[in-house]
Amino acid sequence: MKILVTAKRVVDPDAKVTVKTDGSGIQTTGLEFKLNPFCENAIEAGIQLVEKHGGEVVVVSIGTEDAIMNMRTALAMGAERGILVKGSDETLDSDLTARILAKVFELEKPDLFILGKQAVDGDSNQVAQLVAEYLGLPQACFASKIEVMGSKVLVTREVDGGLETLELSMPAIISADLRLNTPRLPTLPNILKAKKKEIKQIDIAELGVDPTLKVETLFYEAPEQRKGGVKVKTVQELVEKLKNEAKVI
Amino acid sequence: MKDVLVIGEIAQRRLRKATLSAITFAKELAGKIGSSFSIALFGKDVKDVAKEATRFGAKAVYVVESEVLEHYIASVYAKAVADLANQVGAGFVCAASSTFSRDLLPRVAARLQAGMVSEVMRIVGDAPPLRYKRPMYAGNVIATVEVKTEKAVFTVRASEFAQAQEVEGASQIVEMKPSVEMPQNVRYVGFAETISERPDLTEASVVVSGGRGLRDKEGFWGLLSPLADLLGAAIGATRAVVDAGIAPNDLQIGQTGKVVAPNLYIAIGLSGAIQHLAGMKNSKVIVAINKDPDAPIFSVADYGLVADAFKAVPELIEEIKKVKSL
Repeated sequence: MKILVTAKRVVDPDAKVTVKTDGSGIQTTGLEFKLNPFCENAIEAGIQLVEKHGGEVVVVSIGTEDAIMNMRTALAMGAERGILVKGSDETLDSDLTARILAKVFELEKPDLFILGKQAVDGDSNQVAQLVAEYLGLPQACFASKIEVMGSKVLVTREVDGGLETLELSMPAIISADLRLNTPRLPTLPNILKAKKKEIKQIDIAELGVDPTLKVETLFYEAPEQRKGGVKVKTVQELVEKLKNEAKVI
Repeated sequence: MKDVLVIGEIAQRRLRKATLSAITFAKELAGKIGSSFSIALFGKDVKDVAKEATRFGAKAVYVVESEVLEHYIASVYAKAVADLANQVGAGFVCAASSTFSRDLLPRVAARLQAGMVSEVMRIVGDAPPLRYKRPMYAGNVIATVEVKTEKAVFTVRASEFAQAQEVEGASQIVEMKPSVEMPQNVRYVGFAETISERPDLTEASVVVSGGRGLRDKEGFWGLLSPLADLLGAAIGATRAVVDAGIAPNDLQIGQTGKVVAPNLYIAIGLSGAIQHLAGMKNSKVIVAINKDPDAPIFSVADYGLVADAFKAVPELIEEIKKVKSL
């Protein structure tokens, strides 16, 4: 089977990001860039399915050439080859991202397309669903378990109130949640091998996608900071304050 | 096509409280664009829930019923929602953010050729062009965005909008027949419900939450359950606790889990990672109990107690009992 997976390059999710003073963007100097954690789950899921059922994992990213380094990580984990659609976040929104990925899907014709459920920079959680609608395909978002059986795929989804299971006919769209798996660390021999794997670069214009955005981001700001309060010394003091000062118990 | 349509979410045959926050958003939006708002409910049998929805001043409450809508399937629901929006002249569709709306509404946006804004926190401006504030980077950055399409779709962060109050009179209920059929390429298999006697996490007025400092299942549940019982609280957890299998996924609080804003949030044995703070920092009163005096949770807590949770929590239970019996 052929599985397409996403690999978005994002600011290290554990780093404290700050906004440029003019509000035009994020201060990225000195920050590390990593693979989006949810994409790592998607990549790992693709590799595990191919290890079990045969086939290949193709990794797709939209970004600047800097993203090649992060795509190499996916190739070192076990993906076969990569496709980089050249673009930058400032010229994208979720909708355009989805229309680009839908186009790549049409070119590659995979059985499954597994995406991270959201990118930890934009936090929009829209792209997999949009891709599914644009392609007229079934979706299973927020997946915590994926099982392929013949031409069908059984997916457990993490939803409010419990776990839901859907059976999709392939081709299908899946978005990966954190509990899906533990992404492997690439070994040194695989890192070396990954350097020779092919990453094809495409311009957005070549794909024939209308670059018009539906949502524009005008500016960025830091959130209002909540001020810390007081330290109490004893449990008695805490309960006294909760009752008489905060009046919440 | 200027009307605003709120997609109501149903749980246990009731309108979810979070929907009341989406109604407040819809009222505000309708006021600013000079139109009105309606509420729509989808499912196999939702008439009794519809009655509940008539109390908030909506122009209409649409009941869209079909056997096909018994179980939620994204592609089928997306068609039903988009068709209804077109039929009733609603160019704006919104719902409170939840796994249901996050799954559904992007597909609706694609069908309506509309831009979509996730997790709206505020509407900026009094008249068009309106702008919307939304969180990015786990809540460390707030973006102001503008929708360039004529139509727009929104998920609304419920903790940022007050719940709508009931008003005089009742909205008319309008029954609509959806044109949907069972899909050939997807089948609902089942739902394993997390059984809980406690209030819903996003609706509870008190939340007791624990982190890896509580070590294991015995520590986590043994310590938090009696405190939650005493306060009538919901129990929440950090991502680390959920990843370790100590608590189920739907108790996770944080940017990628649930966002809560209760009157009282008691954080026990959790350090306060950025990701977690994003999910609870709008709580009215925050209490933190942690043995590490440098834990980041203390920087947002109204009342911090540096102590071993295994000693402090049993004491806390005794003290609250004393105060409550007065």
